[in-house]
Amino acid sequence: MIEVKDLVKTFGHITAVDGISFTVEKGEILGFLGPNGAGKSTTMKMITCFLSPTQGTVSVGGFDIIQDPIAVREQIGYLPESAPSYSEMTVTEFLRFMAEVRGFKGAERERRVAHAIELTALAEVRNQTIETLSKGYRQRTCFAQALIHDPPVLILDEPTDGLDPNQKHEVRQLIQGMRHQKTIILSTHILEEMEAVCSRALIISRGQIVADGTPDELAAMSRYHNAVTVRVRQADTEGLEAKLKLIDGVTKVAHQPGSETHAATYTMFPKSNRVILPEVTRFLEQHKIAVEEIFAERGRVDEVFREITQPQVNA
Amino acid sequence: MHHLYPILKRELMSYFRSPVAYIFIIIFLFSTTGTTWMLGSFYGSNEAGLELFFFFHPWLYLFLIPAVGMRLWAEDRRSGVIELLFTLPITLLTAVIGKFLAAWIFVGIALALTFPMIITVYFLGEPDGGVIVSGYLGSFLMAGAYLAITCFTSSMTKNQVISFIVSFLICLILVLLGWGYLSSLLVDIFPVWVADAIASFSFSTHFDGIRRGLIDSRDVIYFLSFIGFMLFTTVIVLENRKAS
Repeated sequence: MIEVKDLVKTFGHITAVDGISFTVEKGEILGFLGPNGAGKSTTMKMITCFLSPTQGTVSVGGFDIIQDPIAVREQIGYLPESAPSYSEMTVTEFLRFMAEVRGFKGAERERRVAHAIELTALAEVRNQTIETLSKGYRQRTCFAQALIHDPPVLILDEPTDGLDPNQKHEVRQLIQGMRHQKTIILSTHILEEMEAVCSRALIISRGQIVADGTPDELAAMSRYHNAVTVRVRQADTEGLEAKLKLIDGVTKVAHQPGSETHAATYTMFPKSNRVILPEVTRFLEQHKIAVEEIFAERGRVDEVFREITQPQVNA
Repeated sequence: MHHLYPILKRELMSYFRSPVAYIFIIIFLFSTTGTTWMLGSFYGSNEAGLELFFFFHPWLYLFLIPAVGMRLWAEDRRSGVIELLFTLPITLLTAVIGKFLAAWIFVGIALALTFPMIITVYFLGEPDGGVIVSGYLGSFLMAGAYLAITCFTSSMTKNQVISFIVSFLICLILVLLGWGYLSSLLVDIFPVWVADAIASFSFSTHFDGIRRGLIDSRDVIYFLSFIGFMLFTTVIVLENRKAS
C-alpha cells in the first residue's frame, strides 16, 4: 500500500532523513519509534506530500507523491504532530469545512461529520470554538478531520500526545479497531504504546532505520530476552549469587540487594538467548530455596531502544 | 477548482469571527470619508462628485490593505494549519486564489459600506453616475493589487508585522513612482521614455484615469495582470518552502 524508496531529505547542511526504505501493507499498523529529531515527522511529511523529498520517492496506493500528489492526498488522513486546526471555528464547522474541501456536500457531508464526531467522542464539545478546548479535545478534533473521508491510509504523528491515560486508551482502541480496513503509520516515543498498538515497528535514529520488526522481535533483541528473575527474602541470600552462576546456561547474574522488608532480586542472563527457566526451577528445588516470585523476561524494548539509538552508551 | 468555494467561504467567515474585522471596517470608513471631508475640504471644492474621495485612496490603502492581508499566510504558517491545508487534495493555486479572493471580497464589503458618500453627493447635486462607478471599480482593482502584494509578503514569513511592513514599503514605492514630484525629478535624470516606463509601473498612473471616469482597458489589464503575477509569485514562494 505504501512503498517508501530511498527517501532523503536535507535542510541546508542537516540531513534529517538519510535513505529510508520500507513498505507497509494493508492491515498493518506500523510504528515509527525514535528519539526526538530522528526524522520521524519529516518522513511523514514527505509521505503526505507536505514536504518534497531531496531524493527518493514514495508511492501510496500506486500513486507517486511527486507525479501525482493530489491522488496521494485523497487517500491519506493525516494528523500532524501539533494537531493544528482553525481556532476560531467550532468543532462542527471545522469538520464541515474539511469535509467540503474533500468534496462532500449536503446530507453526505453532515453524515460524515456526525460519524467522525462519534468515532472520536467529540459530541459534547461539537458547538464549542476550538480555541476554548483543552489539548486532548483539540488533538481529537484534528484526529476527527483525518477520518472524515474514511481514507485507506492513516498517517498519525504522535496521536496520543497530550492525552490523559483514559483518552490514550480510547484512541489506541480506535486505532486498533481500524486496523483491518486500513494501512496505518503512527509515530510515538512511548514504547508501551508501540507494544500495545503496532503490528510492526521501525526504530529510526539520525535519519536511518536501525531496527525493523514486530514488538516481540524487537524485545528478543534485548539481553533480557529469556532472562530469569527471582525474588528471594534477604535472609536466604547467603552465597546465593555464586550458586546461581553455576546453573547450566547462565552467563551472568545481576543482583539487587534487598532489605528487611523488601526481597532481593537476582536476574540470570542466559547464553545466547536460550531458555533457562527449567534449569533454574530445578536448581531452586534441589537446593530448597524459597522464592517469592520467579519469572522469565520477554525482553525489554526500552533497553533495546536505548542501545541502538545511542550506541556510545552501549554498556 | 471546485475546492475554491469552501476555502473562500471559510476565509471570509474567519474575518467576521474576529473583532479585528469590525474595527478594520470602522477605521476604513472613518479614514476614507474623513480625508475627503477634512484634508480634501469636500464642501469647499463645490463639486458634486467623488473624485476627492478617491484621490486619497492610494495613500490610505498603504496601511489599510496590508492590515487585511498580512495574516493570509503568516497566520496559517504560525498556527501550523498550513500543514493541513497543503495535505488536502487541492492545488496550491486553488488555496492561493481562494484566500486572496476572500480578502478581496472583504475589502470590497468595506468599500461598499462607503455608500453614504454616494447618497451625499446625490443629495448635494447632480453627480455623474458613470464617474462614480468608474471610481469604485478603479479603487477596488487597486485594492486588489495592494492585496496581492500583501499576499506575497505574507507567504514569506510567519510574522504578520514583517508582512505588513514589507508590503507597505513595496506599495509605497509603487505609488511614489507615478507621483507628480517624483516623475518630474525622473524626467530630469533619465530620458523621457525611461521616466515614462518607470511611471507606467505605478499604481497612481493607472488609477488616475479610472478615478476621473476614464475606464481604459489598459489600466484594467494592468491591475488584473499585476494581481495575477503576484499570486503566481506567491505560489512559487509556497512551492519552494515545500522543497526547502
